[in-house]
Amino acid sequence: MKRTIPLMITFIVGISLILAIFIPHDPFHGLDSNFSIFYDVIAVFAFILGGGNLLKVHLRKIQDKRLDWKYSIVTVSGFGLMLGAGLLKIGVDGGWSGDYQGAGGLFNYLYDAAFQPLQATMFSLLAFFVASASYRAFRAKTREATILLVAAFIILIRPTPLGYYLTFWLPKPLQFLHIPNLSTWVLSVPNMAGQRAIMIGIALGIVSTSLRLILGIERSYLGSEGKG
Amino acid sequence: MRRYAVLVIILLVGSHLPASLFAQEPTDSAAVLELVTVPPPAYFEVYDTPSDHGGNITLEWGLSPDDGDGRNNVTGYQILRGEGPTGYFEMVGEVLKGTTQFVDNTADEGTQYHYRIAAVARTGLSERIMAGPVVSRQQWFDRTRANLLVIAVLLVIAISYYIYKGAIGSDLYIRKIAGLEAVDEAVGRATEMGRSILFVPGIQDMDNVQTVAGIAILSNIAKRTATYETELDVPVSRSLTMSVGRETVKQAYLEAGRPDLYNDDIVHYITDEQFGYVAAVDGIMVRQKPAACFYLGAFFAESLILAETGSSIGAIQVAGTAMPTQLPFFVAACDYTLIGEELFAASAYLSKDKKMMGSLKGQDAGKAIAMIFIVVGVGVATLAAITGNDGLTAASEWLRRLFSLNF
Repeated sequence: MKRTIPLMITFIVGISLILAIFIPHDPFHGLDSNFSIFYDVIAVFAFILGGGNLLKVHLRKIQDKRLDWKYSIVTVSGFGLMLGAGLLKIGVDGGWSGDYQGAGGLFNYLYDAAFQPLQATMFSLLAFFVASASYRAFRAKTREATILLVAAFIILIRPTPLGYYLTFWLPKPLQFLHIPNLSTWVLSVPNMAGQRAIMIGIALGIVSTSLRLILGIERSYLGSEGKG
Repeated sequence: MRRYAVLVIILLVGSHLPASLFAQEPTDSAAVLELVTVPPPAYFEVYDTPSDHGGNITLEWGLSPDDGDGRNNVTGYQILRGEGPTGYFEMVGEVLKGTTQFVDNTADEGTQYHYRIAAVARTGLSERIMAGPVVSRQQWFDRTRANLLVIAVLLVIAISYYIYKGAIGSDLYIRKIAGLEAVDEAVGRATEMGRSILFVPGIQDMDNVQTVAGIAILSNIAKRTATYETELDVPVSRSLTMSVGRETVKQAYLEAGRPDLYNDDIVHYITDEQFGYVAAVDGIMVRQKPAACFYLGAFFAESLILAETGSSIGAIQVAGTAMPTQLPFFVAACDYTLIGEELFAASAYLSKDKKMMGSLKGQDAGKAIAMIFIVVGVGVATLAAITGNDGLTAASEWLRRLFSLNF
């Protein structure tokens, strides 16, 4: 029973949403957005589970003084501080009737002064990781890696003045080898062909997976059978 | 005699004034003259907008002979709507010259309407012509998506047929997928080294099919970690994914006969925030140094940060996503990458379930259908371009429209 009911719900919702794509008549019209709202409502309640789990895991770690437990103090403090600042609307104009994200509030301040810079820092790490990954990927060890290196060189050099001046002097019959032209060709022919092949595969994969889920063939996400 | 004298004076003065002056500031008599002479639209018809949810009525008309031609003095069209052929008509729209269609999206469903249209010149309006009655209704089929329905039915038939073949026990050949063959290798390596396995199911929620595919693979990996008694760590960025992940891992440990090894903390929530989650997972990697890392689900900019951190700690890494923009990063930084469809195939491939394998075979049949259409389409379009044949051009256009999906 614990599996039968979710399987029935999956089947009915799946079929209804497919029908809604082709039928603009009520009650199918707007069914996808209505189901999205139901999902959001459930997700809001699930967030309490998530927050509770975060606290449980880290408080236990602090209590047991497990390895690296001091980091957990930072996590729990950050969680408590942001939650408290938002719930209590500390410093917000208009007090309890004001917006928790309102100007002058502690929540807003913490978001702008701490959270955003931390996010930007993590994002900017990408620059270093791109460099290290490129170094490994572009080593011309094999024929495929060499092709990748040449293609990457053409694409990367294109927006620079060097990309233009290196090959602008080529005679008209060889202008297709001019780096801006070559770069456009790489992006719009071999790259596009590869991307489209991947996209077709993904689309078919999604259709197949969805069918497995709707027909109840794929059940691993449903968890335990229970006794029901 | 006096009247004739006035008329002569008017004619003399009028003949010496620039024509543009009349056009900009017409006298009343000129406006009256224009009212009579601006020709109305060539024709006017109204109909219920097809393939919609109701509330829309489409109006079509032919350009006034003076719109872009003739005296070329039409500036637009004025559209009025009434609930009967006579009585009050309200204005529902004005469109610029050269326009031949207007959709009235303020119509009430089930109400009968009449419409009037007039060409507008700078000096006045043409005669109004009327069309109707027309009633807006909800439609039972969106004809603009008929091609999508045909494609979907073809795919569903192909996949269902092979699922059936799998169910009756037919032998189905599925090519080896290196990334999935490596799952056992990764789990074995972690077991030998006495270190943990990290599984990241992407940063999207359970409403994303990639997350569902990732969780299905987690089930297979969890069975192996339970069998080998290897530590498994699944940090997630969505609460619902945590709930589903827990149930999945719990069931996998039960099926492996090791429910004693399961605890709820295997799957734990971090944060919904993208980079906060990445920072936490990176921290786990650097501190715990898992021997194997799996990234299977939907990823965005965090893909490379995770994969490069995993690479720096020397973990064996298997990634899979259907986000085309993130695939190059995974290919560059991971040992094995499941590209697009392979992510969706993974669960079936690992489970070895015949029906699931049948669905993969059906996917291949879908791919064969796509290939046939691509080859035929390219051939027909090339021949049409070379020969200029109308029939081939029409066939090429029909094929192009068949695959122009309208969502």
